[in-house]
Amino acid sequence: MVDRVKPHFEKGGRFAALHSAFDAIETFLFVPNEVTAKGTHIRDGIDMKRTMIIVVIALLPALLFGMFNVGYQHFLSIGEALPFFSWQGFWFGFLKVLPIILVSYITGLGIEIIFAQMKGHQVAEGFFVSGMLIPLIMPIDTPLWMIALATAFAVIFGKEVFGGSGMNIFNPALLARVFVFFAYPAYMTGDRIWVAGMTRGEGIVDGFSGATPLGNAAADSIDRIPGFLDLFLGTIPGSIGETSTLAILLGAVLLLVTGIGSWKIMLSALVGGVVMGGVLNIWGANSYMEIPFYSHLVMGGFAFGVVFMATDPVTAAQTETGKWIYGFLIGFLSILIRVVNPAYPEGVMLAILLMNMFAPLIDYYVVQANIKRRLKRVKSPTVN
Amino acid sequence: MSQLFSSSNVKLLTNPLNQENPITVQVLGICSALAVTVQMKPALVMALSVTIVMGVANLIISLLRNTIPPRIRIIVQLVVIATLVILVDQILKAFLYDVSKELSVFVGLIITNCIILGRLEAFAMSNKPWQSLLDGIGNGLGYAWILFVVAFFREFLGSGTFFGYPVLEKIGLYQTGYVNNGLMILPPMALILVGVIIWVHRSFNKSLIESK
Repeated sequence: MVDRVKPHFEKGGRFAALHSAFDAIETFLFVPNEVTAKGTHIRDGIDMKRTMIIVVIALLPALLFGMFNVGYQHFLSIGEALPFFSWQGFWFGFLKVLPIILVSYITGLGIEIIFAQMKGHQVAEGFFVSGMLIPLIMPIDTPLWMIALATAFAVIFGKEVFGGSGMNIFNPALLARVFVFFAYPAYMTGDRIWVAGMTRGEGIVDGFSGATPLGNAAADSIDRIPGFLDLFLGTIPGSIGETSTLAILLGAVLLLVTGIGSWKIMLSALVGGVVMGGVLNIWGANSYMEIPFYSHLVMGGFAFGVVFMATDPVTAAQTETGKWIYGFLIGFLSILIRVVNPAYPEGVMLAILLMNMFAPLIDYYVVQANIKRRLKRVKSPTVN
Repeated sequence: MSQLFSSSNVKLLTNPLNQENPITVQVLGICSALAVTVQMKPALVMALSVTIVMGVANLIISLLRNTIPPRIRIIVQLVVIATLVILVDQILKAFLYDVSKELSVFVGLIITNCIILGRLEAFAMSNKPWQSLLDGIGNGLGYAWILFVVAFFREFLGSGTFFGYPVLEKIGLYQTGYVNNGLMILPPMALILVGVIIWVHRSFNKSLIESK
């Protein structure tokens, strides 16, 4: 069927103007119909599309858990305690999350296709992952038009102006979140937005708080932070996909087994977080600093950011040594911003964006150091 | 009269609006474009001040151009600009105190506005007074319209007002769930808006696009 309509989309065909959209759909459904013409090449079966699909699959546990959690938190807030894994809760969460995902994909892909048409090249696959990441890092009560606007901003100013997929300096999904964070602070902070329906105050029972653990920590109500197990499992209010460290770890395992996510970045970010958490534990100037370092790793978006955002191959450091430095600083700065700066309850987003900016610089010095070392090795015999 | 507004003289006035715009093409005076464009009113006052200072400074320097020793010309130019800026600042404080307070240090910083010094150095030092005056005013207006566009979007989207008049509140947009965009009030958005204007400007003027 696809082959039959194909001529219409080639040069001179009736729908020649839409060729980029057609190409995107065709290669999405089939393997690209291009064969190496000359010489022997070793070709890896893994192309951009398959990479992207694996990342999306890795995101599924967090997404499904998020849907369960949205329902669970909502029914908890109106005083109907349901078991966590209930169909009623899941269905409610599904209906709440699905529109966000659709809006994110339609806006993002729409803009990508328009730009591809204008510039006359193919639609890049980059947005498959971003389009899934954006809903997962938004609070559930974010209005849909805000998500559309943030996605448009992220795709146009985060990606297209730099030359499209693979050329971007910043992680587009995080740009979308940072846009909402600064443009509509009331919809990104506070203790009402994290539970569906709570912004409008629909029959909230007394004593229920929708504050996230980090919100509580920043507001000096440390005693209201749930226990480690709850934080790890993720049955707490928070952005849609970030609450459950367990579900994120499942995704992380897939990324590591397939070799798509860099284990160096994940490990060094973890070490960075532990080191900073430990330093603050020792310092212990206020009750926030005394939160044990291992709790920091399961609170807020730390796990999600480290596993899915920091390892983005485009915006991370490229050199192997650089990856260690890059990851470590992300972990280190996340906890530092989180604890020391009261204006930003969550530091992961800002830390990753900051390090995105420094990644090329880190790479540059790693490469320079390597050149220097090798020059020395070449020269040393002649010196003697 | 006809000679005063000959086509080459009129060009001095209109070129800076488009082909040689000080902000979008020469990329000068960006700092004040970020600082004073949160609302339309300060942007208007700022643009007017810069235009007047630039026109008069260009005229004075052009009159003095043959008597200024080349080695101290920058100092002489700065003295002229500083004098004019102090005059403007005093006038604003006397008659438009609110706006003057809002603009605060940025009126004083007109002295360091690169557009003014750039025009004095590049144009007034080597051209006749009348042409210099036109060039100064032209560049001031070129600066002004960019400021207006940026300020319009920042005020309209950031605060929902137009010259302080609450447009969006009057048409009842807030009831539908619309919220003002806080990012527009922060300086980074001004930079992005200037970038967008440059983008649009260049896509209309292919001659401005650098060859690769």
